[in-house]
Amino acid sequence: MASAPAEGTPTLELRDVSKAFGQVIALRTGSLTLYSGSIHALVGENGAGKSTLVKIIAGLYHRDSGTFELEGQPVEFKSTAESKAAGIAVIYQEPTLFPDLTVTENIFMGRQPVGRLGRIDRKVMRQEVRDLMARLGVKIDPDRPAEGLSIADQQIIEIAKAISLDAKVLIMDEPTAALSGVEVERLFAVARSLRDEDRALLFISHRFDEVFELCDTITVMRDGAYISTDATADTSVPEIVRRMVGRDVNELFPKQKAKIGEPLLVVENLNMPGVFHDISFTVRSGEIVGLAGLVGAGRSEVVRAVFGVDPYETGTVTVDGKAVPPASPSTAMRMGLALVPEDRRKQGLVIDSTVGRNITTAIRRLLARFGLITTGMENESAQVWASRLEVKTRALDAVAGTLSGGNQQKVVLGKWLATKPRVLIIDEPTRGIDVGTKAEVHRMMSELAGQGLGILMISSELPEVLGMADRVLVMREGRITADLDREAANSESVMFAATHAAEESYA
Amino acid sequence: MSTSTMFTPTEPGTTFSSRIGGLARARETGILLALLLVIAVTTIKNPAFLFSSDGFRDLLLTPSILVVVAIGEAMVIITRNVDLSVGSILGLSAYLTGRLFIDFPGIPILVVFAIGIIFGALLGLINGALVAFARVPSLVITLGTLYIYRGINLAWTGSDRIDPSEMPAAFLRLGTQTILGIPVLTLIAAAVLIVGAWYMKNTRGGREFYAIGSDPSAADLYGLKVTQRVLAAFLVSGAAAGLAGVLYAARYGTVNAQAGLGLELEAVGAAVIGGVAIFGGSGTLWGAAFGAVLLFTINRALPVLGIPDFWQRAVVGVLIIGAIVLDRILALRQSRKLIEARDQDHG
Amino acid sequence: MASVTAPAPAPAPDIKEQRYLDHGQPLWRRILLTREMAIIALLIAVIIVASAVVPRFGTTVTLGFLLLDVTPILLIALPMTLVIITGEIDLSVASMVGLSSVIFGVLHQAGLSIPIAALLALGVGAIGGTINGLLVTAVGLPSLAVTIGTLALYRGLAVGILGTTAITDFPRYWTQLAKDRMGDTGIPIVMILVAILAVIFAVVLHFTPFGRGIYAIGLSAEAAQFSGVRVKRTKLILFVVIGIISALAGIYYTLRYGSSRGDNATGMELQVIAAVLLGGVSIFGGRGAIHGVIGGVLLIGVLASALRLANVTSDVINIITGVLLVLSVVSSSVLAWVQSRRARPGAARGAGTSAK
Repeated sequence: MASAPAEGTPTLELRDVSKAFGQVIALRTGSLTLYSGSIHALVGENGAGKSTLVKIIAGLYHRDSGTFELEGQPVEFKSTAESKAAGIAVIYQEPTLFPDLTVTENIFMGRQPVGRLGRIDRKVMRQEVRDLMARLGVKIDPDRPAEGLSIADQQIIEIAKAISLDAKVLIMDEPTAALSGVEVERLFAVARSLRDEDRALLFISHRFDEVFELCDTITVMRDGAYISTDATADTSVPEIVRRMVGRDVNELFPKQKAKIGEPLLVVENLNMPGVFHDISFTVRSGEIVGLAGLVGAGRSEVVRAVFGVDPYETGTVTVDGKAVPPASPSTAMRMGLALVPEDRRKQGLVIDSTVGRNITTAIRRLLARFGLITTGMENESAQVWASRLEVKTRALDAVAGTLSGGNQQKVVLGKWLATKPRVLIIDEPTRGIDVGTKAEVHRMMSELAGQGLGILMISSELPEVLGMADRVLVMREGRITADLDREAANSESVMFAATHAAEESYA
Repeated sequence: MSTSTMFTPTEPGTTFSSRIGGLARARETGILLALLLVIAVTTIKNPAFLFSSDGFRDLLLTPSILVVVAIGEAMVIITRNVDLSVGSILGLSAYLTGRLFIDFPGIPILVVFAIGIIFGALLGLINGALVAFARVPSLVITLGTLYIYRGINLAWTGSDRIDPSEMPAAFLRLGTQTILGIPVLTLIAAAVLIVGAWYMKNTRGGREFYAIGSDPSAADLYGLKVTQRVLAAFLVSGAAAGLAGVLYAARYGTVNAQAGLGLELEAVGAAVIGGVAIFGGSGTLWGAAFGAVLLFTINRALPVLGIPDFWQRAVVGVLIIGAIVLDRILALRQSRKLIEARDQDHG
Repeated sequence: MASVTAPAPAPAPDIKEQRYLDHGQPLWRRILLTREMAIIALLIAVIIVASAVVPRFGTTVTLGFLLLDVTPILLIALPMTLVIITGEIDLSVASMVGLSSVIFGVLHQAGLSIPIAALLALGVGAIGGTINGLLVTAVGLPSLAVTIGTLALYRGLAVGILGTTAITDFPRYWTQLAKDRMGDTGIPIVMILVAILAVIFAVVLHFTPFGRGIYAIGLSAEAAQFSGVRVKRTKLILFVVIGIISALAGIYYTLRYGSSRGDNATGMELQVIAAVLLGGVSIFGGRGAIHGVIGGVLLIGVLASALRLANVTSDVINIITGVLLVLSVVSSSVLAWVQSRRARPGAARGAGTSAK
């Protein structure tokens, strides 16, 4: 089994690692010390530098400075294959399986056991897979294609891959994001057995209850810098949150009181089998409604269906009393809905297009005169919105992909505000954005509410939800489990509703 | 009993594997059945179709050239690429074959075979290098080399034409000779098929082809030797087209600048009909081979059935569209079933 | 970085302040340093060299024949540009040329007047395009596979209907019209039609919301969908349009050669696509312009014409077309790689490439 060569030598150690991409400094002082036989948690807000650190460990990126040692020996990985060969396995949020190939083939791709003439020995392979599955305590048919497997099962297969490679270090990036309660328990059992085999595990997560249940050590990062490492027993959730955020939570959100008026968006009994069930809620003018829940609860799916990007089977959506037909984003837009999606780079922006074009995409038909539109006309409008939102760019024909995360988000917001919506739906408004811009975005949202818009905000950051929302809806596994007023909403009530079925929570 | 994916029983009879295995086999067997059906119906109409001295032989003989090309093309398609230059490679190789016999009288037939294959492999290597290193989509590259190779072919051939009289009789006999009733060309095609299919199923390299086509970025992340495999795929495709060119010369005896014109689309069509997904990652060489045989057999069956063979291309078109629509419907149905099963676990 | 800024004061009332440049680079750089200009420059260079070196090249007679030859390819290249920019492709265009040619001939032979027969042939083009479009948008099939199938199907129908026969008696008025020149210029009358269509497509692509939508779809269909662009509707429209234009090219082809045959224009789809790609349109979608495509079509046409006059055999033009095509895509690939290295030195590019 994997074990450190000398007593006390950490299996993996990074000290003062830094990494910059052009002018964007992703990592300043990344430090991490992993010991075998330990489950180590790495926490930090989005943009804290965790994923950059992981990618350096995995060999995807090359660090600019700092030391990186594996079992006391310095290492320089030039590729992911090298880090794999050295015994480092990373299980990403998006598993990298080959959908057309079987589970067995996925686990052994590139290193299938071979016999004479290079012929793959399928019997040996299948036996090994059965052994692996037994060791992990799961039963997945080894001959089924990887396509269509649940995320939980895909993760287990990734873990099986890692074990069969006899990985010394296993890194799991937000593994419980899309898992149900039972699946999380299964994952924890697997993690503990791997720890007992003297491997070193790194667990990156936002879910403090899980971190405190599973991990023995917690490292905090913030804004690309190392902050602290403590044994779990020696610290508490508020302390960790404080270190993650750097200040007390209430100072962050300049929430203004707005006059709450008539219902603008009414959703009733929205249903999509396999995705969400019986979703009903209202968003009033001037109101900020937070939609909380664990990642994978189905929140993004619900708002995408409301906006029309995804279809739904039954239920109704009305804006200002008028019914919005399903599956037609252009109609939803015209009726006053706007959706700032979760994935800025792939959904929110046409990342390879210019700032000017991006800002005016949604209103291009309105800008056209006699059916014609020119870059000049687009830029006139883009000037207005870019300056209102204080987008930092030199020229309007800069490619959106070159802007920072915060400025990209402003472009997306600008695009939607230009449509003068009645209801603005924002999915993760400040994910991956620096602190300064975060505050600007929050201020903007408050202002918009003050102007009479209804805002529906999905956020996985509890402080953000609690700070901004007038009402908090909580979802779990495709259903709404709670509808809490601002007074009733706090970390406990929200987290409880996020992790328990509706009958058990109090509303 | 919950149908959760976590607790799928692993007994042989009810496993996903046997169900999926059944499905995969279904495609190849489906084509085989269609083939048998076509032959049966046509033979009923005219027994000579199958039962004459030439009938059975021709059924096996005529498609063998396309079978060889389709096998190479399928290997490329499985890696999520496409090779549109195979027709031009065949034309060049066929003409080269003729010229070798003319310019080097007495040259052993085996040497000619070897040269044809190597020549095709080199042309394929050019394709592969451009695709693998320059990271340019194979559709465009092989479109370009289709033109270039065809142009070279025209330049070299001019208005010249290779006649049967210019090639050794022994070589031409290969074109129609049979061993134990099975044509030699068919045996060659079968050998290529068996070796190729074995490689794809049973070696690491073969499985990596599927991985690369299934998810190219995952293959990169995994550390698979993507460049090497893609190069190999195009090399094989070129070599197969080269071999097919030699076979063409043996079969038809006459080679002009039109040899192989339009063959690439037939090869891609055969593969698609045979169950090779156009975006790679799935399908077998067996399917591509059967697809090629089916295409050719239908072409020959049409006139016997009273349909002027002018309609054969239309039939090919319908088959191709039908095949991909069928694949899509099956895929949709399968994913819907999986989502519903998942929903039952959690709901 | 760690401290919170106090909420900024409300922005100044004059929001029309010119805070941004419209363009990051001066006009001349934007216009001249493009692939389209490179092709047009190459075209001009080839014309100059050919006029000097090849006898009889610079005459109006040559120009006239060149344009007549190039017309069907130019016609189809216009909508093909839009199709490829959205990230799709249509390989069935030449088969539709053949099919419409056959339908046109058959209907005329059956007694219908030329205009009516032409209109119905255009209708067939629309139907064919709709079939392609529905298979791609409604059924969700990849356009490459679909149009390989319809390439065979439409050609098969064309050949099936006429077999090996040809229909050749068309009214002289119309066959002449297809070939007549305007006065002494040597420019064929059909070029008026071509010019009008070129202007329409250029305007639609570059100056309408619909055209903006096309670029958005090509660059990121998902983001376009999220922004309210009707992706499926746009693609369906483009397939119908290219079907109609292919049919139009078929009618022209038939009248120009005075012959309606099932195998008319076999292989033309490759010439169209080669010209479009040469003209700077990216096969990945999202980038390209009409003037570049026109340049690409003319470049191939001029080369073919010049070489023919210089008594060089047609194979050489094939080789040159192929080499140009390969060079054009390899060079964009190299250019993109160089640009990415310059923009982010030392950064890994996405998954899996070895870190530097």
